[in-house]
Amino acid sequence: MATIARRPAPQPRAHPARPSGARNRSRGARLLGALCGSRGIFWQGVAAAVALGASAVVSLLVVPADAAQGDVQRLMYVHVPAAWTAYLSFAVVAFASAAYLRTGRVHWDRLAVAAAEAGVLFTGLTIALGSLWGRPIWGAWWTWDPRLTTTLVLLLVYAGYLAVRGLPDNPDRGARWSAVVGLVGFLDVPVVHLSVVWWRGLHQPATVLRPGTPTMAGSMLAALLLAVLAFTLLWAYLVAARMRTERAAQRTRRELLSAPVRRGVQPVAPVADLVATAPTPQGAGSHG
Amino acid sequence: MTGEALALAAKDLRLELRGRHAVSTVLPFAVTLLVALGLALGPDRPLLRQVAPGLLWITVLFAAVLATRRSYELEGEDGALEGLLLSPADPAAIFLGKAAALSVQLLALEVVLVTVMALLFGLPLAAAPVALALVCLLATVGLAAIGSLFGVVAQAARTREGVLPLLVLPAAIPLLVDAVRATSLALEGRDVTGWLGLLLSFDVVALAAGTLLYGYLVED
Repeated sequence: MATIARRPAPQPRAHPARPSGARNRSRGARLLGALCGSRGIFWQGVAAAVALGASAVVSLLVVPADAAQGDVQRLMYVHVPAAWTAYLSFAVVAFASAAYLRTGRVHWDRLAVAAAEAGVLFTGLTIALGSLWGRPIWGAWWTWDPRLTTTLVLLLVYAGYLAVRGLPDNPDRGARWSAVVGLVGFLDVPVVHLSVVWWRGLHQPATVLRPGTPTMAGSMLAALLLAVLAFTLLWAYLVAARMRTERAAQRTRRELLSAPVRRGVQPVAPVADLVATAPTPQGAGSHG
Repeated sequence: MTGEALALAAKDLRLELRGRHAVSTVLPFAVTLLVALGLALGPDRPLLRQVAPGLLWITVLFAAVLATRRSYELEGEDGALEGLLLSPADPAAIFLGKAAALSVQLLALEVVLVTVMALLFGLPLAAAPVALALVCLLATVGLAAIGSLFGVVAQAARTREGVLPLLVLPAAIPLLVDAVRATSLALEGRDVTGWLGLLLSFDVVALAAGTLLYGYLVED
């Protein structure tokens, strides 16, 4: 039987070293660090806004409407990218959860929670936009198609992931619990999909949601790719910004916990002080 | 590890036999739920017979959540789970032992529920007893594995009771779908081998995931 792989040393997680710019890091790590810095996040936001604006113009004004479906088909330019980012979030949550359990490095947990929250947003968006498209085209807001059902279950799994995090008193424990939920959900969703495919009958084609991908016109495909790029940039921006707030929250929590011990003399006043100053934007922005 | 798991399962079942929580709470709850569902759907007998497999498995699912909560409630008292973790037993053995004890309790519950359904809903039980028993066995093992894994959360979640079902129900959706379809087909006397295979693969994945991940849930 397999035994549980224990992490080599749990201590560094409790008191992680402050990130110092002078440390020797690989180029990839430095690039990631730059993307997650305040300036990197700002430029990611700008890039996402520009790409989304361009995508909106192209998909609403430049590309012709679908011959059969009319303007409703333009929903594809937001629905398909939203679905892509939803599934991307899910894969990132699973990967980061596994990495967190393996290594105990807290930045993996930050990535997982940031991706999970982005996942809730984009999964909800996918379902809502799909319903808007389904009503005129299929005549129903919802159908129990395997893809739709799996996406809905995905939303529920994310909800469980986020609900578990705040549960225990110990934040480390919450991070570990949610990582386990993220991994189990990742294993579960393919089985959900398979079950629903069988449940609908083995010979039913699984996809109805693709409005003729193989025969799509070149301009439509280009517009779709632009929209996917824009949504991916937006996703990266949201995840990076959320990771940063999570880091600020974790530091504030740690300072609150360690303040009386460090200052030694007056255990009450510094804590009150920190509570008063920590959540202000200046306080959050000053950890570079 | 098998010995440890069996000892733990025996401990859980002994506690259950002495405390009689399942008999006094879970079973009446499940039967009440079945009766309420029957009343909600009305006295139309063909309709009831048609939806009976779905009602059966929904009831089992809810009862499993209750039984799981109970199983971990006991571990939360007086730091019993900490004691288990301090013992030389492998965390995976604790997971498997609790899953085994939950499986036995749920199977006993299902025997009663299926009998009640046969009487109240006119379920043709004699059509395929072997297939039905296999469906119950495989679905129960998977459900118990999920419960044994996520039940840890219930121990810390007294203030937020909704979290355990929020974790267990989505994870158990494949089991629900497979078990309901397999039960319907078995009662019609049709072949259910494919569905049994799907249930079995779910069980294998759930048990493997629990064995590997349980240590992370309970360690501190």
